[in-house]
Amino acid sequence: MFDLLIARWRQGHRTLGFPPAEPVLPDRFRGRPEVEVAKCPVNCRACSEACPTQAISFDPKGVKIDLGRCLFCTDCEEACPQHAIRYTADYRLAVRSREHLAAANRGLALAQALDDQARRLFGRSLKLRQVSAGGCNACEADLHALNTVVFDLGRFGIQFVASPRHADGLLITGPVSRHMALALKKTFDAIPAPRLVIAVGACALSGGPFLDHPETLNGAAGTVPVDLFIPGCPPHPVTILDGLLRLLGRRAEGQPPA
Amino acid sequence: MAANYLHNGAALAQTVIPLLSWAELRQHILAEVEAGARLAAFFGQPATRERARLVAILAHPGEGNLSAWTANVDKSFNSLTPDCPEAHGFEREIWEQCGLKPEGHPWLKPVRFQPPKSASPGADKTAPIQPGVTDYFQMPGPEIHEVAVGPVQADIMEPGHFRFQCHGEMVYHLEISLGYQHRGVERALLNGPHRRSLHQAETLAGDTSIGHATAYCQALESLAGVQVPARAQALRAIALELERLANHTGDLGALAGDIGYLPTAAGCGRLRDDFLNLTALLCGSRFGRNFLRPGGVGYDVDEARAGQLHDRLQQAAKDAASAVALLWNTSSVRARFENTGHLAREAALDLGLVGPAARACGLARDVRHEFPAGLYRFCQIPIATFHTGNVFGRAQVRWLEIQRSLAFVQEQLKALPAGSIQTQLPQPGASLAAVSLVEGWRGEICHVALTDASRRFAHYKVVDPSFHNWIGLALALRNQQISDFPLCCRSFNLSCCGHDL
Repeated sequence: MFDLLIARWRQGHRTLGFPPAEPVLPDRFRGRPEVEVAKCPVNCRACSEACPTQAISFDPKGVKIDLGRCLFCTDCEEACPQHAIRYTADYRLAVRSREHLAAANRGLALAQALDDQARRLFGRSLKLRQVSAGGCNACEADLHALNTVVFDLGRFGIQFVASPRHADGLLITGPVSRHMALALKKTFDAIPAPRLVIAVGACALSGGPFLDHPETLNGAAGTVPVDLFIPGCPPHPVTILDGLLRLLGRRAEGQPPA
Repeated sequence: MAANYLHNGAALAQTVIPLLSWAELRQHILAEVEAGARLAAFFGQPATRERARLVAILAHPGEGNLSAWTANVDKSFNSLTPDCPEAHGFEREIWEQCGLKPEGHPWLKPVRFQPPKSASPGADKTAPIQPGVTDYFQMPGPEIHEVAVGPVQADIMEPGHFRFQCHGEMVYHLEISLGYQHRGVERALLNGPHRRSLHQAETLAGDTSIGHATAYCQALESLAGVQVPARAQALRAIALELERLANHTGDLGALAGDIGYLPTAAGCGRLRDDFLNLTALLCGSRFGRNFLRPGGVGYDVDEARAGQLHDRLQQAAKDAASAVALLWNTSSVRARFENTGHLAREAALDLGLVGPAARACGLARDVRHEFPAGLYRFCQIPIATFHTGNVFGRAQVRWLEIQRSLAFVQEQLKALPAGSIQTQLPQPGASLAAVSLVEGWRGEICHVALTDASRRFAHYKVVDPSFHNWIGLALALRNQQISDFPLCCRSFNLSCCGHDL
C-alpha cells in the first residue's frame, strides 16, 4: 500500500496542457507539407515520380499534394533537386470534406464544427465505436494513446465504447480490406442515427500504402459516409484530438505553429 | 558448410539450393527438426496450375545458420503436420495459395480466405469472399455451448473471429479464424522492389514498423551484396529496442488494465507514450516510419540528440521500475496472473512458438542470440526466459527484456560508431535467394526474397511471429475461464494484420 502511494506520487500529473496550450512536438515531426512553387524547375516531376502513393500531381498553379494519400514520408523531399518541399510543424490536419485535402500544400480548410443541433447531441458526450478494417495497428495504437493519462480523452467527454448500440459514431482505421467491408457496414448500421463517421489515417482516407490493391477498397468513404477526415500515417495523437475537438466546436481557429 | 547453408542476412544463388523429391525433403525436415532445427519459413512458389515449387527454410540454432531446400510438387503432397506440428500453418497456407493439398493434414482450413494465386486465370473473381465461413470444431453435448466473438471486438483492436466451446464458464476449445486484415502485401511486393515496397514493409504490422522494415532492408542489402555502415547498424538496433520497449511497456500496462489494477495501467500507458516519443526524437515518427532506408538509415543522431535520448531513457527506466514493481508486489495481481493461460513447454516446442510467448515457456529462442545480424553480432543481449508458461511468465519475460533493452540502448548511445549512415545500394543480384531474420518485439520475423533473372522479386515471403503464435493462444485457453480470454489474449498480444498480410 505504501509502495503504491509512493509510486502514485512519483507519477505526478502527466496530462498535456493541450488544448489550449500548444503541444511540444519533436523537431523532426512532419506536419502539413509546404512547397515553394517558385523554386520548381520547369517540367520537373521528380517529387511526383518519387511519391509512393501518387499523392503529388500538377495543375496550372503548380504542384499539389493530396494529403489524403500522403504517408508523410520523405521520398519527395529527398527527390526534390531544389529542396522546395518541406514538412512544417503544423499538426492541424483534420477536414470535413475529402476534397479539402486535395491541394494541402496551398493551405487547408480545417474542419468546421457540427451544426448546432448535432453539437447539442454530441458536444458534451461523444461515444465512438472503433473499427479497424485492414489497419496496421499504428493508428489503433495512437488511439490507445489518447486513452492514456497523457491525452486523457475522457476529459472532453469522448469515449470509445464496445457496443455500436451505445455509440454516437464510428471511427474507422485501415484501407477497408474486402474481408472487413461487410463487418464495417453492419457495425455502421447498428449505430443509431444520427451518427458520425470519422476516418483516421492515410489508409482510411485513400487506401494509403495499399492504394488500388484489389484486396482493399481505398478507404472508408466507399462503404460509409464520412464526416471527418484525419490524415497521417499514422496521425499524431494531437492531430486526432485536434480534429475531434474541432468537429465538436471546442477548438477555436488558432495561429499556426511556427 | 554446404552451399545451401547461409547466415542470417545473407543471400545465395538459387542454383545451389537442392531440388529434392517431396519424400526426401519431408524426411530431411523431420530429421532436422528432431535434431533441434526450426521451420523458419515453408511456402510454395506457384509454377503452373496445381504445380508449385515448395521452399523450406530451416533455422539451425546450434550452428547459428540457416539452410534452404526445395521440392517440386503436383496437386498434393504427404502432410508434414502429423509428424511436425509446427508446419500446420504453413501447409494450410500452401493449400490456400497454391492449391496443393497436404494429404493427412489434421485440420485443413483457409488461413486468410484469399483466392488461390495459381488458379487466377480461371478463377471466378466476382464470387463474394466470405471470411470466417468455414467448418469449426464443435463439441456435442446438451450442456456444451458455443460462444462466437468477432470480427469486430469489444475494444480498439484488430479484427479476428474466435469460437469457444464451453461448458459453463470453462473453455474446452478455442478456434481462431483470421484473414479479415488481408491487404495483399506479398502479392504487391512481387516484381519489386517498387517505390511503395519499403512503406508496405513498414505497415505489415504497424506496431512492428522497425522490425519488418529491418527485415526488408536486410534482405535487399544481402541481395545487393552490400554491408551497412556500422553507425547505421547501431542506430537500427537502437530503434528496434525502442520499439520493443514501447510495446512491452504498453503490454504490461494493458495486462494491469485487464485485471483492473489501475496504478500500473496508468503508469505504463504513459511510459509507452514516452518510448514512442523517443522513437519520434530519432525520426519524427512515433512508430519509426521512414527511419530505415535500404542501405542504412534516414536520420543521424548527433551527440546532443544521443545525450537527450540517454537522459530521457534513464528517467523512463526509473519510472518503469516503479510502475512495474507494483505488479509483482501486489498479491491480487499475482493471483490473477499466476495459473492463468498456462501453455506447456512441450506444446510450445512442438508448435514452433517464438518470441516472449516461447521464452515464457522456458524455450531459449531469440534471433538476436541464435542468428545475430547487424549490431547483434558484436553486442549481445542475454536471452530472457521464464519457466511458468502462464500470463505471469509472459509478463515477467517482458519486464526482463525491458530492463535489458534499456541497458543495451543506453550503452550503445554512449558508444555510437563513427562514419556514415548510408551506403549506396546497387540493384539486387539476379536469381538469388535471401533470408532475413529479425527478433521483433513479438518474436522472430522472417522475410525470404527470391529474385528472378531480371533482378526483381520473383517471390517474397513474410512470416510474422504471430503466424507461429496464434495457435499458442488457442491452446493456452483450454480449461480456462472464458472471462480470462482478454487477459490471455493480451499476454500474447498477437498481430492480425501481420498474420493476414
